[in-house]
Amino acid sequence: SACLVMYLFAEFDDAAHLLAANPDATTISIDEPVEIPKNQHSRLQEPGREEDDELLGTDDSDKTELLAGQKKSAPFWTFEYYQTFFDVDTYQVLDRIKGSVFPVPGKNFVRLYIRSNPDLYGPFWICATLVFTIAVSGNLSNFFIHLGKPTYHYVPEFRKVSIAATTIYAYAWLVPLALWGFLMWRNSKVMNIVSYSFLEIVCVYGYSLFIYIPTAILWIIPQKVVRWVLVVFSLCLSGSVLVMTFWPAVRDDNRRIAVATVATILLLHALLAVGCLAYFFDAPELDIPAPIIPAHNGTTVITKSH
Amino acid sequence: FPGLADVSISQDIPVEGEITVPVGSHSPDEDYSTLDEPVKDTIMRDLKAVGKKFVHVMYPRKSSTLLRDWDLWGPLVLCVSLALMLQGGSADSKDDGGPQFAEVFVIIWFGAVVITLNSKLLGGTISFFQSLCVLGYCVMPLTVAMLVCRLVLLAGAGTVSFIIRLIVVGAMFGWSTLASTAFLADSQPPNRKALVVYPIFLFYFVISWMILTFTPQ
Repeated sequence: SACLVMYLFAEFDDAAHLLAANPDATTISIDEPVEIPKNQHSRLQEPGREEDDELLGTDDSDKTELLAGQKKSAPFWTFEYYQTFFDVDTYQVLDRIKGSVFPVPGKNFVRLYIRSNPDLYGPFWICATLVFTIAVSGNLSNFFIHLGKPTYHYVPEFRKVSIAATTIYAYAWLVPLALWGFLMWRNSKVMNIVSYSFLEIVCVYGYSLFIYIPTAILWIIPQKVVRWVLVVFSLCLSGSVLVMTFWPAVRDDNRRIAVATVATILLLHALLAVGCLAYFFDAPELDIPAPIIPAHNGTTVITKSH
Repeated sequence: FPGLADVSISQDIPVEGEITVPVGSHSPDEDYSTLDEPVKDTIMRDLKAVGKKFVHVMYPRKSSTLLRDWDLWGPLVLCVSLALMLQGGSADSKDDGGPQFAEVFVIIWFGAVVITLNSKLLGGTISFFQSLCVLGYCVMPLTVAMLVCRLVLLAGAGTVSFIIRLIVVGAMFGWSTLASTAFLADSQPPNRKALVVYPIFLFYFVISWMILTFTPQ
């Protein structure tokens, strides 16, 4: 065993010398994950396999985990610990929002944009904006739909703000928690190549909700067809971001469980959109008591109002 | 030292006298002597400080006095008056009305705390209460807008009054946001200014929305 130790030391020495001489060289670690500074991540892959690795995250998943764990080194009761979750600049937040709205086929949102720096700024403020956007848009839309009707008196419907806040924040935090717990459980049974930390999942979910903000504004238009087209469109965009993120994390599992997981993710996302549309926005053809007109032959005809 | 050669103290000479340190009326630690001043002086000093801050909000300039001597009297008065004026907007069913007193109060204070925490987490150098003070004082234009809206609504609730209210509330919303940004922007890291300003914008937008949608019964 002494010979083995000497051999390992020699190897490490050689590698250190090589690295010192040529810092841009590609290094492959065999046993333990070696601490690699962040700026060498992107040079660890050959250009041809970049896309696959971006999607699978095979290149740096465990090193990413290590670095993510290293960043939060302050104890959790200090202010500095929480500051590490807000370590983003304006352009980074804008990039992440762009990445959630225009999903590039084949690119994994987490690997491409988050890169072991998950932030809580985006999820929190996107959810806050979405809450108020849905409440305000719903109120405006109801106002325009019922405008002109003699019995209509405008109400601000302020209660709905608290309901919207509860729903959206619960979705943005509890669903990632459940998903993370589920993925951890599957990880213990099946060795998955890709695994995400809880904050990364919260990040993906938070940024994927961004598309619903312009959708909610456009839902003011009182046409059923327009609203449903918008639902489908936004669901496709944000759903594809979620699918491309989570498919690599479950594809090594039992095929049925993988498909069921992804289907549940999409279903919950769709449920949120449809639920918000149904609850906060009155249907355009709202039924006011229709006048009953007695017809000539004595039968009553009820006219439908548009 | 030839003169001291023959100085000797052979017996105990009692030393007595008075030692007084004259305390001038303009000594630097004047604060410690505010205990003896008449109550009117104390109140007037605080009122003057609050009034000076209101003037600062009216004409926002980058000034450090607003930040240094923070107080929360102004925000409290503004918040309570705004919440009181937003009363009376409830509809037939309790569920659909405007915000209640407690809701307005909670939104303003909780919103200000969250924005302050957000700017501190992003690396801002402003202190917690200074930021609360600025955000609270900058609600003043919106309180003025609420007053104007109630007066306009006394005259009638038609389309013209709505347009007037929209213009007034919109202008005051812009004023509030600009005033608070002018005070708070310097203390933020340069490449995160937009991240700090956006929640302030959202905060005043929500308050403006509550003011604009106020409909008396």
